[in-house]
Amino acid sequence: MGRVEGKVAFITGAARGQGRSHAVRLAEEGADIIAVDICGQIDSVPFPMSTPEDLAQTVKEVEALDRRIVAAEADVRDYGALKQALDEGVAQLGRLDIVSANAGICSYGRLEELPEKAWQDTIDVNLTGVWHACKAAIPHLKAGGAGGSIVITSSGAGLMAMENIGHYVSAKHGLIGLMRTLALELAPDSIRVNAICPTTVNTPMIHNEPSYRLFRPDLESPTVDDLTEPLLGLNALPVKWVEPRDISNALLFLASDEARYITGVPLPVDAGCVTK
Amino acid sequence: MGRVEGKVAFITGAARGQGRSHAVRLAQEGADIIAVDICGPIPNLRYPHATPEDLAQTVKEVEALDRRIVAAQADVRDRDTLERVLDDGVAQLGHLDVVVANAGICVMSPWDEVTPEVWQQTLDINLTGAWNTVQLAAPHLIASGGGSIVLTSSAAGLKGLPFLSPYVAAKHGMVGLMRSFAHELAEHNIRVNTVHPTGVDTPMGAGDGGAQMQKWIAEHPKLGGMLVNSLPVEVTQPVDISNAVLFLASDEARYVTALTMTVDAGNTQY
Repeated sequence: MGRVEGKVAFITGAARGQGRSHAVRLAEEGADIIAVDICGQIDSVPFPMSTPEDLAQTVKEVEALDRRIVAAEADVRDYGALKQALDEGVAQLGRLDIVSANAGICSYGRLEELPEKAWQDTIDVNLTGVWHACKAAIPHLKAGGAGGSIVITSSGAGLMAMENIGHYVSAKHGLIGLMRTLALELAPDSIRVNAICPTTVNTPMIHNEPSYRLFRPDLESPTVDDLTEPLLGLNALPVKWVEPRDISNALLFLASDEARYITGVPLPVDAGCVTK
Repeated sequence: MGRVEGKVAFITGAARGQGRSHAVRLAQEGADIIAVDICGPIPNLRYPHATPEDLAQTVKEVEALDRRIVAAQADVRDRDTLERVLDDGVAQLGHLDVVVANAGICVMSPWDEVTPEVWQQTLDINLTGAWNTVQLAAPHLIASGGGSIVLTSSAAGLKGLPFLSPYVAAKHGMVGLMRSFAHELAEHNIRVNTVHPTGVDTPMGAGDGGAQMQKWIAEHPKLGGMLVNSLPVEVTQPVDISNAVLFLASDEARYVTALTMTVDAGNTQY
């Protein structure tokens, strides 16, 4: 018997990276999946975003586990489209128990120089997009009558400041406030709301030159090998980064009935980065 | 394959309540257990103390799962005994991977009725006892190449709860202890976290403590809301805390450290 057997999970940003890992990990433990992703580019993001092929790969990996998955392209900034994709998924899969509000973007720049578009896109996707996902999902969770679990992907940068990503830090801090308020508002319905706060995760979001330059602004064209020292310096435990599956394991715990009385927690999967 | 298969866990206060539940839950997932408990009277408690029969029952339940357990009577205030028992357990079971510093007492009193004896024994058992446990166990974890330490704090480790001042002070102190150890032991791949339960259905809740608390709350109604959970549940079960301990003890949480993990039905969110 899987740890989330028979449950249905809605995951945003599910085409690749952490989102795909969440879909696969929850499916391994018995959940069916409703997966959405923008599968397209946002201009202010300085690295390639996900593609329809990425989302198709997530579908393939979940189906290989003999679980059902309903996948759709949807931008979390577009509430109507997001709600439609979710409603359609719930209609097909019959219920909703788990929400992983995971979709997020990043770009780089000091706050005094940041283009307004980069600020707005990041707030729109990383903060408003998460609220959209929760707002669309809450009626389905309540309709199930058995409570539910919402897990918001915040960040170590949701608990501490980091230079050169002030818009990201602001949005991720905002998610903690959103999580805490939802935890109170939804508690009477036994719906739990928690956040996960990762340190650097080994995903496509970090493996690109603009991201490498965040860690090595002194180098013109840094490679991943140039990052070892600054990445280790970020964490207390002696690791450069964590794997998507480490975040998925935390998500799985929070999503499962093992955590039935855990709500309002910002859970760092951060190798001790925030405590430093 | 269990989620902590092949690991060895050292648990204090393991005769009953949360400690026994941790022993059983970790054993269900493949761990062997080193269990200690004072198994004897402690002054000033309003609830019955643990007994040798309680610890024997923990042994029985772990062995029924086909896991090994080394159990001994030890007071977490007595470093010599604690060290001897732990070293003996590690010698028998081969290594140490998980530490659950769970032993604790709770004596309720309005602030002006707390005696120096109650203050001191609460700090000695709940805070110094946890320090003894972690400091004595850490060398074994270092020898294993890493590990996971979980300290049982409380919702009262994150916010003040009324009529429990020595307990609140000790449980807050455990958070500082956890954070310090998390830093100093990180280089050894040892993770250190706290769990923070709200009310748990254990023998600690027996006796007339609940009735006493009701009386004091009635006299100071403004403080009553502090004890309320936001989820619609009055009391959690020991297994709920054990599930959080299991997660933190397992390799699923291999990069989770310095976390104050509330299992509190939202109590600290108010």
